[in-house]
Amino acid sequence: MTNIETLKLNLGPQHPSTHGVLRLILELEGEKIISCKPDVGYLHRGMEKIAEKLTYIQYLPMVDRIDYLAGFFYSELLCENIEKALEIELSERVKAIRVLMLELNRIASHLLWIGAFLMDLGAVSPFFYTFRERELVLKYFEKVTGQRMMNNYFVFGGVRRDIFDLGDVKDFLKILKNKIKDYERIIDRNPIFKQRTIGKGILEPDIAFNDSITGVNLRASGVNLDFRTKHCLYKDYEFNPVVLNGKDSFSRYRARVLELTLSASIIEQTIEKLEQNGELKQTLIKPLGLKLPEGEYYSEIEAPRGLAGCYIKSTVEERPYRLKWRTGSYYAVNLLRKLLKGVYLNDAIAIAGSLDIILPEVDK
Amino acid sequence: MNYLYFLYIEFLAKHQIPQIFGDITFYCIPITIIFIALLVVVLALVLVERKMLGWFTQRKGPNRVGFWGILQTVADAFKLLCKENITPNAVDRFLFNLAPVIMFTPALVVLGLIPYSAEFTFANFETNSLIYIVFAVLPVMSILIGGWASNNKYSLMGTMRNISQVLAYELPMAFSLLGVITLASSMNLGKITLAQNSANGILGWFWLPCIIGFAVMFISILAELNRCPFDLPEAESELICGYNTEYSGMRFALFYLGEYSLLFANALFLSVLFLGGYLSPFGRYLSTMLFAGQFGEILLYFEQAFWLILKSFFIIFVIIWIRAVFPRMASFDLLKFSWTFLLPVSILNLFLMVILKFITGGVYA
Repeated sequence: MTNIETLKLNLGPQHPSTHGVLRLILELEGEKIISCKPDVGYLHRGMEKIAEKLTYIQYLPMVDRIDYLAGFFYSELLCENIEKALEIELSERVKAIRVLMLELNRIASHLLWIGAFLMDLGAVSPFFYTFRERELVLKYFEKVTGQRMMNNYFVFGGVRRDIFDLGDVKDFLKILKNKIKDYERIIDRNPIFKQRTIGKGILEPDIAFNDSITGVNLRASGVNLDFRTKHCLYKDYEFNPVVLNGKDSFSRYRARVLELTLSASIIEQTIEKLEQNGELKQTLIKPLGLKLPEGEYYSEIEAPRGLAGCYIKSTVEERPYRLKWRTGSYYAVNLLRKLLKGVYLNDAIAIAGSLDIILPEVDK
Repeated sequence: MNYLYFLYIEFLAKHQIPQIFGDITFYCIPITIIFIALLVVVLALVLVERKMLGWFTQRKGPNRVGFWGILQTVADAFKLLCKENITPNAVDRFLFNLAPVIMFTPALVVLGLIPYSAEFTFANFETNSLIYIVFAVLPVMSILIGGWASNNKYSLMGTMRNISQVLAYELPMAFSLLGVITLASSMNLGKITLAQNSANGILGWFWLPCIIGFAVMFISILAELNRCPFDLPEAESELICGYNTEYSGMRFALFYLGEYSLLFANALFLSVLFLGGYLSPFGRYLSTMLFAGQFGEILLYFEQAFWLILKSFFIIFVIIWIRAVFPRMASFDLLKFSWTFLLPVSILNLFLMVILKFITGGVYA
């Protein structure tokens, strides 16, 4: 038998679906992928190193940019670490406001993912439909925080200002519930969509565990692990994590759609709380000359793309001695080595898309 | 055609121009008309597609250039003409330049085979429809040449996908054409149109008895045109732009033009075969009803062409609609779908047509 020549293909960085930030080195036999080597770092901004040169309050506006689609989660982590270090108790209203913003952010992030995933599969319209709903969330963010994406709204010890116009959120939830039905009609029942996602990109729970996959990707493989259930902000809320047993791209998609409903139900609970206790009571920490007691601090939260964590080592200086981020997508990119092996090129894009990889989060 | 010919000669004789001049120039007129009409239709099609995709996705579509965005595609074409023609270093220059030209030519040829109105078919052979099928596949040659000459891995993959796809969908297309030919007892597109002329109007057209063939043909044409959901050869999220990744400027414009004129031609073909071609859906023509005499008869040509183009635009509308709704198919499902489903179904359809013809005999003469 003669040697079969393989084709080496650089998928990216200059490629429409990796848009300049990810390079997959593929070895192809025909259109079948023999090996896949992700090459990351095209969006590296030195987020962790910069932290060592800046004071905490100087660093705070930057962390929104770690994952530009879920900025609230990262500022929440940094604030949480500092509040832990200085042992500050947040008032109920601050907690509720934070949960509200986090969950709205999660909805915005998942909506964008749904659109982008369908775009990867070649369907153009859902992208615009989900952006239409996401726009409502961003409008509300803009109203409250003054920014659409890099909100910089959480500060050490509380939030920048009180929340208002909760009616907007209620209206949005109403619209969202109707629109989710629309998505189900146009996407879930679509025979081609089903054909391209059901049984594709099977992620076994043990592989997911070994590769430190968290978040929706893990829960769609049948593992009940949602860090919100352990998180201090979510203590008073009733919700059941979305767990699906499909293990494939389709159940990852379904899980995200169901998470939209879950987040909506959490937001409804927060609105109730916010309407009950009217006044915002918070003692903000003076940021100038802020020093943390010596020690190591770690906080973690369930971000839209899996477990996000922030580690700070302090040596009683104005700047952290070392700051480290743990992000979900980083491990998902590594998973591509295993998931893409043996699949065909046009399934590969769909599978990679289904993992919800956001490159700024990977490269930091 | 004869009637128009005499009118033309008469007109020239009035101005004392020799008949030989008329004989020669008469045949240039339809060519010019077709060419100009094609350019206009393609420019309009691109605009219509973008507008409609906009409406499907809650946008306004192009609305800046000219009133209602009407000059958008003109501006785009102008931009493409002004752009630099980049020829990458490692390409096969001759073939690279040749491919876009080949793409556009068959589209022009097939347009000449369509009966636009009762006596206006530019190339009226007895085996019109077969020639159409043959020429409609030729663009795949240009894609093969262009994709290979580009010396780009994405282009090559797009080309391979395209060839396997066209091979797979050519057969069901031909078999469903055979069904129509059986019903009409003719391979001539004009006669196929006339065979659909009955007192029943819309119900007499071939889409009704040949509904399976219509569906098969429609799907195959989507695949031949690389339209969604069969747009694998140029899947932008996988292959960047497929076979025309390396093309820019005028050459890209030619590919684009070729694609859209083929879309138009195939829509015309489909409406001739199944939607009664130039026949009026009301059974009677407005122009002969309203205007008696010579003027009405001349107007009739235009009315018939209008009906045909209206029908083809309906088909194009459905094609764009499908693009707005469906994701792309997976490449192997696509081939499987054709070989294991469409092909047997289209052969079954042919048998059904033969039986139908045998039973009804006189109806579909």
